[in-house]
Amino acid sequence: MLVHIAKRLLLMVPLLLGITLISFVVIHLAPGEPTDLQTQLNPDASAELRERLRAQYDLDKPLLVQYGKWLGRLAHLDFGKSFVQDRRPVAEKIAERLPVTIMINVLSIGLILLVSVPLGIVSAVRRNSLFDRFTTVFVFLGFATPSFWLALLLMDFLGVRLGLFPIAGLKSLGHEYLSFGRQIADVLHHLILPVFVSAFGGLAGFSRYMRGNMLEVIRQDYILTARAKGLSERAVIYRHALRNALLPVITILGLSVPGLIGGSVIFETIFAIPGMGKLFYDGVMMRDYPLIMGVLVIGAVLTLLGNLIADVAYAAADPRIRRG
Amino acid sequence: MRLLWILLLGTILLWGCDHQSVAPAKDGDGEQPPAYGDTLLMGSIGEPSNLLPVLASDSASSDIHGLVYNGLLRYDKNLQVEGDLAEAWEISPDNLTITFHLRKDVRWHDGEPFTAADALFTYRLLIDPQVPTAYAERYRQVVRAEVPDPYTFRVTYAKPLASALVSWMFPVHPKHLLEEGDVTQSPLVRAPVGTGPYRFVEWVPGEKVVLEANPDYYEGKPYIHRVVYRIIPDPSTMFLELRNGGLDLMSLTPLQYVRQTDTPAFRRMFAKYHYPDFSYTYLGFNLRRPLFKDLRVRRALAHAVNKQELVDGVLLGLGVAATGPYKPGSWAYNPDVRRYPYDPDLARRMLEEAGWSDSDGDGIREKNGRRFAFTIVTNQGNDQRIKAGEIIQRRFREVGVEVKLRVIEWASFLKEFINPGNFDATILAWTTVPDPDAYNVWHSSKTGVGELNFVGFKNAEVDRLLENGRRTLDRSERKAVYDRFQEILAEQQPYIFLYVPEALPAVARRFHGIDPAPSGIMYNFIRWYVPRDQQKYQR
Repeated sequence: MLVHIAKRLLLMVPLLLGITLISFVVIHLAPGEPTDLQTQLNPDASAELRERLRAQYDLDKPLLVQYGKWLGRLAHLDFGKSFVQDRRPVAEKIAERLPVTIMINVLSIGLILLVSVPLGIVSAVRRNSLFDRFTTVFVFLGFATPSFWLALLLMDFLGVRLGLFPIAGLKSLGHEYLSFGRQIADVLHHLILPVFVSAFGGLAGFSRYMRGNMLEVIRQDYILTARAKGLSERAVIYRHALRNALLPVITILGLSVPGLIGGSVIFETIFAIPGMGKLFYDGVMMRDYPLIMGVLVIGAVLTLLGNLIADVAYAAADPRIRRG
Repeated sequence: MRLLWILLLGTILLWGCDHQSVAPAKDGDGEQPPAYGDTLLMGSIGEPSNLLPVLASDSASSDIHGLVYNGLLRYDKNLQVEGDLAEAWEISPDNLTITFHLRKDVRWHDGEPFTAADALFTYRLLIDPQVPTAYAERYRQVVRAEVPDPYTFRVTYAKPLASALVSWMFPVHPKHLLEEGDVTQSPLVRAPVGTGPYRFVEWVPGEKVVLEANPDYYEGKPYIHRVVYRIIPDPSTMFLELRNGGLDLMSLTPLQYVRQTDTPAFRRMFAKYHYPDFSYTYLGFNLRRPLFKDLRVRRALAHAVNKQELVDGVLLGLGVAATGPYKPGSWAYNPDVRRYPYDPDLARRMLEEAGWSDSDGDGIREKNGRRFAFTIVTNQGNDQRIKAGEIIQRRFREVGVEVKLRVIEWASFLKEFINPGNFDATILAWTTVPDPDAYNVWHSSKTGVGELNFVGFKNAEVDRLLENGRRTLDRSERKAVYDRFQEILAEQQPYIFLYVPEALPAVARRFHGIDPAPSGIMYNFIRWYVPRDQQKYQR
């Protein structure tokens, strides 16, 4: 097993290199440069200034040289400095945004699991019942609803009209004067709408998946055996069927690891939450190459690690795979 | 560009405060005495990039610079130059030397005295090739900068430069904090130290920037204790926050102004203002294309555009038709230029005269077998320009001209279309500044790739006028130069000047002392106040 893991880790290195090279080339292919914000359509900016700025960012060098330099820095785990005007280290910018994004995504995945697993089980057990049909419609509505639209409606209705929730941001004004307990309550209060909105769209996929797994498992012979033994329906479903139906969830959780840092431009923008999605989006818009590459590298590493962890965990959970 | 942002901070030519927005008599202005305290919450779409003015070029940063720093000079409420850190200045008779006499009672926020050495240092920063600043150009024309004594700063130019004076409105940077090391890595990038009415308190990335009144400000402590810029990237969210009391000041869109804020509840909480903004939107023709080389064609198309319809349809009436590149009402504006009233019949006749007629009866004109069809390009993310394009498209169709409208993402738009001159016509806007120098946009030497005269306008007389205009300091002589310049532009129609939109701020009613003037509402910000009994935030 350990050898297997080591082999997988080693194989990740060329894969990662390939990913970075392709990303690097592709983002440089997009028209526009980081210096554009300062120099384009600016009556005060001369051609000479443009050249000087480009030289400062190494943009006048061939692409491969730029990539080499970037890779050299990465070897020291240095993502470089942002190309936008604040020139801060990319690692610092990412570290600043990461906690909020992870918190929201963990809460949202937790909420999705909490709601969609039972939904999926009940829908599968009572297949084609009124409940099953109703949940199908409900979760697909959630899937189809544009999150920005839902968010704005909720903000207008629950926030402005009823005054139940704050509209945007994560903290109230004067947050720093509150007691510690109140501070946590304040943040949680601000989180309710964003977490709900981000979870709502994800319910459909997961609950359908759960339902499908469960249906699959219920048809198996061993369930028939369990029933034949005279076990109660409860024991059949929750002890025998559910455990097996949950196995593929491990894969999905593994795949959602990179999503934890991804964030979402749309709801972060709407709720004014300083998360990774917005950071990345702004980075792309300003052609902030070091930042884009930094986020992509972290994302790529997490994706690869997530896959690996999922495989290992799967093997740990399922003896059939371990032996096979 | 810097000046442009200073002005954007609060530029207003009040043509009329919204009469509906006049406060009810019981809490009208001037009844309650000014009081210190309270917080003003402003929204910012973007996060500031850099709080050192020399390095920044975005409006979110500039809004903050405007309160934290001072320049040597500034515009007063009527857009006249007045002293800021300089209490007086004189220009030598040969127009080559400006001597600034600085205030002696100014201190940096950290307590150090402000002196002429800071002004000199700021100048050196601006021209330092190692400093990635977008503002160097104008300061390179200074041949000598000197400090004869600690409160005198003198600059000398090789040739007279009309915009020299206003260029010294640039924020002065503190020498004692910046002279060591690389300015781009200075802590002041994230925590500025200035001389202005507000001191920097904190910047929570992605969330807010907090400023606090400077009790030692040389013009006296501002009444409003704190200013908080909340970073809210989505305009709809910002509007919801405003309605919910989470913001006190915000610029509205025409739609919000006219349709969404016309409720008693909103009017009770907010005062709305409207006045012409410092920008104009235009339809620019690529004059290198044979289609637009013919002056008769450009004039005919100008007659085919109904500018009032654009103002009504795109801006919901909150703007005025433009006739040239200067803001109506500003000193350089020339109202007596050739105008092109909407007249489709005349437009059709003029096109016929120019040889364009519809010979095959498909509704589109042809000349020598070529159809009169072209594409208007504009950038993504600006609904007003797209709407204007659609309206113009229909009007052109009515005179037998086929127009396609293409909307392109900003970076590609500049890189692939505007900079290489690879377009037929474009709808764009320029921000205007009080100084009328338009050399970079209209001079024939500025038609290269990536330069601003991308429509390729070349006119010998305009070149001469623009060269003279930037070397003439006398206001009336300059006005004559730019009056003629506007006449030629109106005659030649390289652009169809479409409209000047209005700035539409809404401010919470508890703020008193707002006195709109040609330069805006923000010029007397330090004199805004909230009467004691209406104050909302205690800390």
